[in-house]
Amino acid sequence: MIMATAITTDPMLPQPYSVQEVARETPDTFTLTLKPENEVDRRLFQPGQFSMLWVFGVGELPISISGDPALHDRLVYTVRSVGQATHSLVNRGVGNDVGVRGPFGAGWPVAAARGRDVIVVAGGIGLAPLRPLIYHVLQNRKDYGRLVILYGGRSPRDLLYRKELATWARNRETQVLVTVDYGGLSWRGHVGVVTTLFKYSRLQLAGSVAMVCGPEIMMRFVTRELETQGVSRDDIYLSMERNMKCAVGFCGHCQYGPHFICKDGPVFRYEQIRKLLEKYEL
Amino acid sequence: METLERIIAEHPFFIGLDEGFTNLMVSCASNVRFKAGNYILKEGDPANTFYLIREGKVAVEVLAPQRKPIIISTLSVGEILGWSWLLPPFQSKFHARAVDDVHAIALDGKCLRTKCEENHDLGYEVVKRFALIMEQRLEATRLQLLDVYAVK
Amino acid sequence: MAARESAEDRVAQRSEHILGADQLGKLIVALVRKGYAVIGPTLRDGAIVYDNVESVEDLPAGWTDEQEPGRYRLKRREDEALFGYALGPQSWKSYLHPAEVRLWSAERQGGTFRILDNEAKPECPRAFLGVRACELAAIEVQDRVLLKDKYCDPIYDQQRRGVFIIAVQCTRAASTCFCASMGTGPRVPDGFDLVLTELLGSKGHRFLVATGSDRGAEVLTELEMVPATGEDCQEAGASVEAAARQQVRSIDTTGIKELLYENFEHPRWDYVANRCLTCANCTMVCPTCFCTSVEDVTDITGDYAERWRRWDSCFTQSFSYIHGGSVRTSAKARYRQWMTHKLASWIDQFGSSGCVGCGRCITWCPVGIDITEEVQAIREGGKNGNP
Repeated sequence: MIMATAITTDPMLPQPYSVQEVARETPDTFTLTLKPENEVDRRLFQPGQFSMLWVFGVGELPISISGDPALHDRLVYTVRSVGQATHSLVNRGVGNDVGVRGPFGAGWPVAAARGRDVIVVAGGIGLAPLRPLIYHVLQNRKDYGRLVILYGGRSPRDLLYRKELATWARNRETQVLVTVDYGGLSWRGHVGVVTTLFKYSRLQLAGSVAMVCGPEIMMRFVTRELETQGVSRDDIYLSMERNMKCAVGFCGHCQYGPHFICKDGPVFRYEQIRKLLEKYEL
Repeated sequence: METLERIIAEHPFFIGLDEGFTNLMVSCASNVRFKAGNYILKEGDPANTFYLIREGKVAVEVLAPQRKPIIISTLSVGEILGWSWLLPPFQSKFHARAVDDVHAIALDGKCLRTKCEENHDLGYEVVKRFALIMEQRLEATRLQLLDVYAVK
Repeated sequence: MAARESAEDRVAQRSEHILGADQLGKLIVALVRKGYAVIGPTLRDGAIVYDNVESVEDLPAGWTDEQEPGRYRLKRREDEALFGYALGPQSWKSYLHPAEVRLWSAERQGGTFRILDNEAKPECPRAFLGVRACELAAIEVQDRVLLKDKYCDPIYDQQRRGVFIIAVQCTRAASTCFCASMGTGPRVPDGFDLVLTELLGSKGHRFLVATGSDRGAEVLTELEMVPATGEDCQEAGASVEAAARQQVRSIDTTGIKELLYENFEHPRWDYVANRCLTCANCTMVCPTCFCTSVEDVTDITGDYAERWRRWDSCFTQSFSYIHGGSVRTSAKARYRQWMTHKLASWIDQFGSSGCVGCGRCITWCPVGIDITEEVQAIREGGKNGNP
């Protein structure tokens, strides 16, 4: 397509952004703060949306936006280095360029959850796409009821945003519970899978809106537990993941049953995908 | 201020059990405290007591040579610690260490298991309740084994 | 079939004419003169292949095809019919949704990058000569996917815009055709500039032609033709009906969406998986399959990059790859994905079936898997999965 440079919101073309900051969260996970190279390109996004990040000539990756939606001058991403493409992304270095396409997808139901108690259940890097939602709820505190954040990680050194977790816990009517699968002697927190935290929640779960993100197995057992605790299937939201190439519903890769995760998701209401979750190799 | 009696009677484990029996348990119950770092149970020790945690966190762990202790799971407020008293050889299988200062109600497991042998109806009710706890812990442990957050 | 009937009524209302067979060549020349590159059926490599056509001599006169599951042969006819075959392996998708296309290029510049102006337009507009009813239906299906959904694919849009369509009514069905049961043919409803029905009866080699647009009518003014008689129209109608009756395969589409959604664990999938090679032939010949992949490449300096898009297939092992491995590793899962998407999920996604009943997937499957047979087997619910 014939395109002038940069100043356009064409979803097919990467816009040049530059890396402002790289913060190490865990031994293999980094948070990148990107700012657009063109001043006019203000980036608004909904919590739960993702971008396609491009490293020149290497490749493109779908990464959830993990930053504060109220800050319009930047886009923040938390990336786990697990392969060649993610490795080159986290090693981009301050001052270097990253191409950004998006934002894409359906985000967390911030409007539908207004006036309700909210329970956020995150596993591993799943906390990253939930962080913008948490920022949003905390910044609009009176629009929401009580907030409970349950977070499970592999081990203490794999936990993201530890300082922020402590800060969030100090908000009114906000409870933060953290657990790890593998603890060490210096860890004085909970040890066990994230579902073991439910019993410590001060929230009456039935009637809450739940937002869940993490490995698919984790989301399945968390959803089961949420249902046991009385949360309605229409009040549970999950963020799903599949292979993505185009992010605009044309390449066909991200199909999950009849849904395109890039445009019908990545956030889905549990009832929409309940039967799909049970299907192996879907 | 909550009395032992009320705490025990209202705990999910005891709800539905014969009232006379519950009163008996209360009479054998006591408040106990453990300072952070102290062991509540030790692997291999005779198991005659179980605990209803009221405050603080307990780590169930395994000690192995040449390694730091491995924490399997933690239990906290409202949870029950210890079931080895129920089944032979009535020996603790793991260590249980107070992570914080722990306040718990100690219950007489030896007394309870004697009563269960004498009264099988009571025994069935008690075993059902422990079976549920074990099932929940086993399910959680299996999920923990999946190591879902690991890099594959 | 209600929509079909009203389209037929519309066709009947247009004036129909008869062209002598010799006028076909003039039609091609007229289109070329108007600046169109004419793409039509040609004979190559033992198959009917769409390619540039400059004169009537380029068309496969007197040839037909024999198609069976896993088998395709050309055979000589006893007449000189120009459109006496059913379908070749390719569809018009090769032109509208090209197999390999450069999306954009970019260069590094002062610590950042910039996307370059690019995108070659086709040199001149195209005319598609010989578009079957199922193919028109397939183009419409792809229009819904690539133009009319949440985003619009600019490449498809550009290739699609202004294409002059000369449709051809089928007067013969291959054994693998099942468009009648899919409601997509063999009669061409609308969506064309001109439609031809080849007549080889007692009055000689002629074409019944009807217009579907002003520019179609305009092209006809350069040809010699006479108004069609009632008899001519009857003859044409009868041969199209004969093509419909000739079809031996069908898919019963009643409740097919629920049928496939609810039979995810049907043993028939294992039976298919034992045969399927995951070779992806079916997705390549299918006129509605649209999946693609992208590839980023650079030159040696690393200062110049291109992004290319090429056809991809859900049958490949890596299609569903996410960190940790592919989601659909087994052949069973991949075949099931393709068939369920084509016949069921497509309906939820785009409001129609993804299948137009052209039968190419049956013909070009090296092991002869027949999608119509698979649907029937699942419907019949054989518990042991054996045929």
